[in-house]
Amino acid sequence: MRTRALIRMAIILSLAAPATEALAANADDFQAALAKAEAANKQAGAIKNQWTTTAGTLKAAQAAAAAGKFDDAVKLANDAEALANASIAQAKEQETAWTQAVVR
Amino acid sequence: MLRKIFIAIAIVVGAAQPLLADNAVDPKADFKAFRDYFTKRFPKVPLDDFVNGPYSMDADLRKQWKAIDEFPPYEFAVEKGKEMFATPFKNGKTYDDCFQNKGIGIRQNYPYFDAKSGQVITLDLALNQCREANGEKPFDYTKDEMAALTAYMAFTSRGKRFDIKISNDPRALAAYKIGGEYFYTRRGQLNFSCASCHVQSPGNHIRTEVLAPALGIVAALPIYRSEWGGMGTTSRRFTSCNSQVRGVPLKPEDEAYRNVEYFLSYMSNGLPISGPGARP
Repeated sequence: MRTRALIRMAIILSLAAPATEALAANADDFQAALAKAEAANKQAGAIKNQWTTTAGTLKAAQAAAAAGKFDDAVKLANDAEALANASIAQAKEQETAWTQAVVR
Repeated sequence: MLRKIFIAIAIVVGAAQPLLADNAVDPKADFKAFRDYFTKRFPKVPLDDFVNGPYSMDADLRKQWKAIDEFPPYEFAVEKGKEMFATPFKNGKTYDDCFQNKGIGIRQNYPYFDAKSGQVITLDLALNQCREANGEKPFDYTKDEMAALTAYMAFTSRGKRFDIKISNDPRALAAYKIGGEYFYTRRGQLNFSCASCHVQSPGNHIRTEVLAPALGIVAALPIYRSEWGGMGTTSRRFTSCNSQVRGVPLKPEDEAYRNVEYFLSYMSNGLPISGPGARP
């Protein structure tokens, strides 16, 4: 009985451990997320449609990373990438959508 | 019957004037549509009064403005500009030498399309070009000395009517069209275009400010803004508008901004220069 209980506990713990390890981000994860965000923001810059909030979020991501808070830093970098992508989508949509606003 | 319907449709479509939104550029048609839009929306506002921006939209604000105008806050800038105009560069020449009529009473002719360089030249750009041609460093475009010079030049041109020309040069037409496109394009995280405020919402409030109509909006520049606690140029206004909608501004006097100014100034043709102005 005791042996079965111990085996059961060992199986549960071995299944839980990998999931716990996957939650904690590290410096490499942050660098990867930052690179993606910066690339997207650079693309937005090439079409002259960057948002100020993208730059602000990138800065906040870097500050969190500098403080060793990599989970926060990765989340903020991902947010910055989303903002940059949204600004690119805005510019692409507006290429034709602007005509709807013209006074006729 | 069907044939008659098709003919009727063809006649209507054929008679429609090309507008900014279409591939063919017709500034005259755009001008008429723009003018009609504002005069029909605000039938009680005398045409010339549109150059007074929010004061043409709000009676209480107008009273405050009239009180402020007894001791105009831009006076110091005009005096400084006059002094700078009279002060020779290190090479002995002055601003007089760069402009028609010695720079007096010419504000209403700017911006213009320069065929030689293939770009729109604003008054501010022309002033810095004058400085550099005479061995001087250019000024910051947004405030201080540039605001003082343009305040003085606007002051000497008060009452003169905008006379912006768009020739048949395809590059001039393209600059005008690009300027209009910028004006109507949404940008920034707040997804506003210039038109969102100044065409769709003039006279309405945005936070505590009353929005000015786009018609005549450039006539009062440069302006003393109470919010800034000082003078600001067209560049200062354009860049701060971009930031306010959470869009990263372009560099002052970027080609896009000069094209917007070209578009807006043409739309204000016939309206009087009212600058320098005072705004909340």
